Amino acid sequence: MAAPLTQEEEATHLLNRISFGPTSREMERVNRLGTLPYLEEQLHPERISDPLVEGKLAALKTIRLRSDELFELYPPPRLSQGEGQGKSSGMRGPRYVILELQQARLLRAVYSQRQLYELMVDFWTNHFNVFAGKGADRWLVTSYDRDTIRPHALGRFRDLIRATAQSPAMLFYLDNWLSVSQEAGQEIRGRQGLLGSGRPNLRQGLNENYARELLELHTLGVDGGYTQRDVEEVARCFTGWTIRRPRGRAEFQFDSRLHDRGEKLVLGLKIPPGRGMEDGLQVIDLLSRHPSTARFIATKLVRRFVADDPPPPLVTAAAQIFQETDGDIRRVIRAIVSAPEFSAPEAWRSKIKKPLELVASALRALGAETDASLPLLRYLARMGEPLFLAQPPTGFPDLGASWIGPDSLLTRINFILDLSANRIPGTRVDREPSDALPLAAPEFQRR
Amino acid sequence: MALSRRGFLKSTGLGFLALGFPPAFLARAAEGEREKPGRVLVVIFQRGGMDGLNAVIPFKERSYYALRPSIAVPEPAAGEERSLDLDGFYALHPALAPLKTIFQQGHLAIVHATGSPDNTRSHFDAQDYMEIGTPGTKGTADGWLNRYLAANRRRETPLRSVALSPALPRILAGAAPALTMASIEQFRLRNDSAATGLLRPYLSANDPLLRKAGEGLSAALAQLREIASAIPARAEGYPNSRFGTALGEIARLIKADVGLEIAFTEVGGWDTHVNQGGANGAMANRLKELAQALWAFHQDLGDRMEDVVLLTLSEFGRTVRENGNRGTDHGHANVMLVMGGKVRGGKVYGRWPGLDPEALYEGRDLTLTTDFRAICSDVLRSHMGQKNLSAVFPRFPLSSSTLEWQA
Repeated sequence: MAAPLTQEEEATHLLNRISFGPTSREMERVNRLGTLPYLEEQLHPERISDPLVEGKLAALKTIRLRSDELFELYPPPRLSQGEGQGKSSGMRGPRYVILELQQARLLRAVYSQRQLYELMVDFWTNHFNVFAGKGADRWLVTSYDRDTIRPHALGRFRDLIRATAQSPAMLFYLDNWLSVSQEAGQEIRGRQGLLGSGRPNLRQGLNENYARELLELHTLGVDGGYTQRDVEEVARCFTGWTIRRPRGRAEFQFDSRLHDRGEKLVLGLKIPPGRGMEDGLQVIDLLSRHPSTARFIATKLVRRFVADDPPPPLVTAAAQIFQETDGDIRRVIRAIVSAPEFSAPEAWRSKIKKPLELVASALRALGAETDASLPLLRYLARMGEPLFLAQPPTGFPDLGASWIGPDSLLTRINFILDLSANRIPGTRVDREPSDALPLAAPEFQRR
Repeated sequence: MALSRRGFLKSTGLGFLALGFPPAFLARAAEGEREKPGRVLVVIFQRGGMDGLNAVIPFKERSYYALRPSIAVPEPAAGEERSLDLDGFYALHPALAPLKTIFQQGHLAIVHATGSPDNTRSHFDAQDYMEIGTPGTKGTADGWLNRYLAANRRRETPLRSVALSPALPRILAGAAPALTMASIEQFRLRNDSAATGLLRPYLSANDPLLRKAGEGLSAALAQLREIASAIPARAEGYPNSRFGTALGEIARLIKADVGLEIAFTEVGGWDTHVNQGGANGAMANRLKELAQALWAFHQDLGDRMEDVVLLTLSEFGRTVRENGNRGTDHGHANVMLVMGGKVRGGKVYGRWPGLDPEALYEGRDLTLTTDFRAICSDVLRSHMGQKNLSAVFPRFPLSSSTLEWQA
């Protein structure tokens, strides 16, 4: 049996797990306050002032704009005028919007004082992944990040499901905005047949894409005990949950004309006929209280904070707290981080840093100055984590083995070499290159 | 030539004794000797679930046209935007025109109504099952291509197995070393003089994941450095896309005789829930890129295609009936392509189950008549010479060959 962590190691471990990496200043604070009071402070980001990162973010104009403003200012390439206009930067149109989102995420990871909050934002971004490269989502993900994920990152899980279920970004990404009852679909098809030509109306029937991922990835988990029939019934419950003006001032809208008013049976529960938006809300309620959801979310959180292979007793305990507190994320995290398994010797450096964690922790360790611009973001992409651009609904994985191979190791080492030699435009380190070399060592790949 | 072992190790600047890795390939490379050309298998994963019914169209099925009023590809006839007749029953999508030539030359075989027997319609489960090669059983830790590599340790070279993909795919995960790269040129350390010092801690690390990655990296860097001058430039004709580039890089590695045996790459964009299009449109564009890339690869390798089989996989087919959004949802059986080697092409293999309502799988999807493992087993046995197939596909009962091969 390995020796318990020393006090110094415990502080390092805490910062490795509840922040994007230790800095000398935070090490000093943990040592002064003690680990549990430090955790408590981090669990209440609203009490932490954060002027440094606010200053860094001031230059990023798009992150404060509404979706319709973004669409107007950064139209699709074919609508923008002047062919050669964008040549110099290569970053006009919606690509620029996504670039600033990525910059903001990285700047917050490096400079925010609300570290635990920011890493939970990143966690939920992947849990409720939306691929920012899909159609209208290029203008919708800015608001998704700001108005859907961030307000609930340490809040109640049910609010997160509801917020994502009603977000234009998710409705678009998983096609639910197009999903309508068979009846409404037939009527639309009929009308279209009469009118003939024109842009085809895409709303012609049920689309089960969102319903499936809601069950498989957002709540119950793939082995959470649902059937293909449940997927179809859940899809029927969510018909009519759509988007008003997807490429303008996009808003959630419940359109009762598109809703399937028949009776449904979800996970054995009868959803009475004749209702409207309540159907979807009831499904959200049912899923958020389901024991499979508690277990699935607890497993993912323990994996994030403790180990790739989550210790089953800790998962059980965390799932129980999830259920007792009606999905209070803050309290589940508190339980996990203060559990003995969290600081057990086998937890020490047992997690591989994913690319965002590696890059942010290196910049933090070296006290680097960065604008998080394209040259730095390119490293993240090459390591396999182009922020907001994970295509599958699973988001980026949280398992070490999926990030480490000969090739990604090469990129990780090259990143440290370029960082220490100040070869990354927009990023500066005022240290001897030799100070940075330990960051290329195996130990730094883990947290 | 005649480098002493010690001199050789010194000249490469890497402590290969620490690798526990037979440095024979390096000694050969240092002496200017290339690996003997051998058999190669290239696997392409079409992620998202290709709509096989619109790629290889059963144009004699009336239901095909009845169930797909807005996305069906017109039956073969003279003129543009018509499917291309293969055998009087099946036709190729017009965007696949280059493949018709290869089919007629007898170098391309098509299998219809094939895929994974598991009924999952989740991309992630279905891809996983197809990559680990045990549909319905999730616990399998390694991928079936890796199990093939592990069962045949005859070639110990770091470039024996290469994935041109952003991350190591499940299909290649496992005990045998496998490399991932974006391109050949990008695969180098940014400070050659520091290489030894930086990599040494990885080679001795007490951390299996990082040690294995470090070993693979050292070996691959050394081999690529030795053979750099022997690698030809990328040929013309590949689509200017991530997939086109990847296939071009695979061809370069094959032509450079670096000992490549298994290559993998992937191409996305097949999840056509909405506005899929028919003869033109979103899916047609994906098919066009696929066909152009396969055509360029076939031309590029020329006679060398005799040693190379390329096969395609996609996690599931799509619903027979078009959905409410002029697209198709996740379905079941699909199409596989097998190109090159001694496969007897010019034929669409597999029993056709029909599209009548009672013939459909779960009332909505194309029924599966050939397990994808039967095709993969055929290729491993007939092309790669693999005898023990249960080591690759455990619990899969072996049947007689589905594909025909030239002697």
